[in-house]
Amino acid sequence: MWPKSFDYIRVNSVEEAITQLNKHEDAKLLAGGHSLLPAMKLRLAEPALLVDIAPLGLTQVSDRGHGWSIGAMATHAHIAANANGALAQAAAGIGDQQVRNFGTIGGNIAHADPASDPPAVLVALGAKIYIRGSGGERNVAAEDFFIDLFTTDLLSDEIITSIYIPRKEGHTNAYAKMAHPASRYALVGVAVDICTQEGHCREVRIGVTGATTHAVRASGAEAVLQGAEINDGNIAQACEAIQADIADQLLGDAAYPEDYRQAMAGVFLGRAIRAATA
Amino acid sequence: MQVAITVNGQTYERDVEPRLLLVHFLREVLDLTGTKVGCDTSQCGSCTVHLDGVALKSCTMLAVQADGREVTTIEGLAQNGELHPMQESFWEHHGLQCGFCTPGMIMASTAFLQQNAEPTEAEIRHNLEGNICRCTGYQNIVRAVQAAANGGDG
Ligand SMILES: Cc1cc2nc3c(=O)[nH]c(=O)nc-3n(C[C@H](O)[C@H](O)[C@H](O)COP(=O)(O)OP(=O)(O)OC[C@H]3O[C@@H](n4cnc5c(N)ncnc54)[C@H](O)[C@@H]3O)c2cc1C
Ligand code: FES
Ligand code: FES
Repeated sequence: MWPKSFDYIRVNSVEEAITQLNKHEDAKLLAGGHSLLPAMKLRLAEPALLVDIAPLGLTQVSDRGHGWSIGAMATHAHIAANANGALAQAAAGIGDQQVRNFGTIGGNIAHADPASDPPAVLVALGAKIYIRGSGGERNVAAEDFFIDLFTTDLLSDEIITSIYIPRKEGHTNAYAKMAHPASRYALVGVAVDICTQEGHCREVRIGVTGATTHAVRASGAEAVLQGAEINDGNIAQACEAIQADIADQLLGDAAYPEDYRQAMAGVFLGRAIRAATA
Repeated sequence: MQVAITVNGQTYERDVEPRLLLVHFLREVLDLTGTKVGCDTSQCGSCTVHLDGVALKSCTMLAVQADGREVTTIEGLAQNGELHPMQESFWEHHGLQCGFCTPGMIMASTAFLQQNAEPTEAEIRHNLEGNICRCTGYQNIVRAVQAAANGGDG
């Protein structure tokens, strides 16, 4: 399938990208193209202008000591090879080799597909999304960035420049995913970031994707674990609680209906907790 | 838009529409029809080529995005009339039946062997997740890749 005709330009600076987005109502940024082009081929998206941001670089995956800075244009393959923990695990499990080579984390979160992996991880890690637009620079917590199905806090003339992940001493994290057998997208994905002391949970954050319209925090499950001993009974209780947390935002289809994904969120939370605390 | 794309070592300058996909540039503009189109959803991998050395689904990139870059297609693997060891291995181990998925399988597996010269069977399967075969059941494809990694004697 051929996409509908459009104009194409390449920009060399973030400012230029913002100017183009401002000037053309129907313009879209083009990063790796691995969400946008499939949508354009199916004519689900018909932008009049593509603004190719490949020349911008923004590909860093760097440990800054106090935290990690991930460029918006870092590919999934680059993150899988150079980051660690849940973020690297999620990146390594995205789609397939070819998709990981060209899809970027900025494009992934801007697109906000409900079945995307990185959003759950960014929510659990307390990441901040750095954004620039005609209004200047701002940052948004990942948990406030994802608003609804394919909907984020991003304005039409804004560009994501980087993602910041704070380092938290004593924390460990993991991502557990049930992949769709054909596309490998997440039917359910759960990320856990946890700090334990003498077998007890001191602090925990949980992010869910796939089962819900957008990535969300599971605060009920977090509350169950907070201060509790990490044992089978308490993990089972948290796995019950997460199903209540997401009950109002469930997503499903004929093959994997809502109640099935809800139950699987419990199962995969258990796996993520065990992996993070192993 | 004017582009200059190097394909199998030769640079082609052409005027293309922005909406032209790289796979159609290869097949219809350059007549390199070894690269296949097997789906509309970026899932089958039969269009896999190398872009600057890494595996890409050429149906999921615009030709204009490849401007100034280097593409290798299945036609570029054989050198001086000698099949590439991966091609030999697919032949030797019966890694194909109809052959439609084969160019993509070979391009995907040669690309990841460059990053991981001695993959386990599980790693081979993981790295071929983006390539669908409707005939073989994959067993002989995995054997062919494993044998090529072991220098042809697996
Ligand atoms: C076969 C297949 C399987 C996949 N499987 C998975 C999977 O298992 N898990 C998963 O998480 N994802 C999966 N994906 C999606 C993949 O991760 C995409 O690469 C990613 O979602 C989009 O990144 P991109 O760079 O390709 O963005 P593009 O397609 O270029 O852009 C996507 C959207 O984001 C906007 N955008 C891009 N960059 C920016 C920026 N810096 N600032 C603001 N807006 C921006 C664009 O305008 C567009 O609207 C799969 C894709 C395919 C084709
Ligand atoms: S043609 Fe199917 S992935 Fe490209
Ligand atoms: S050999 Fe026929 S599709 Fe793979």
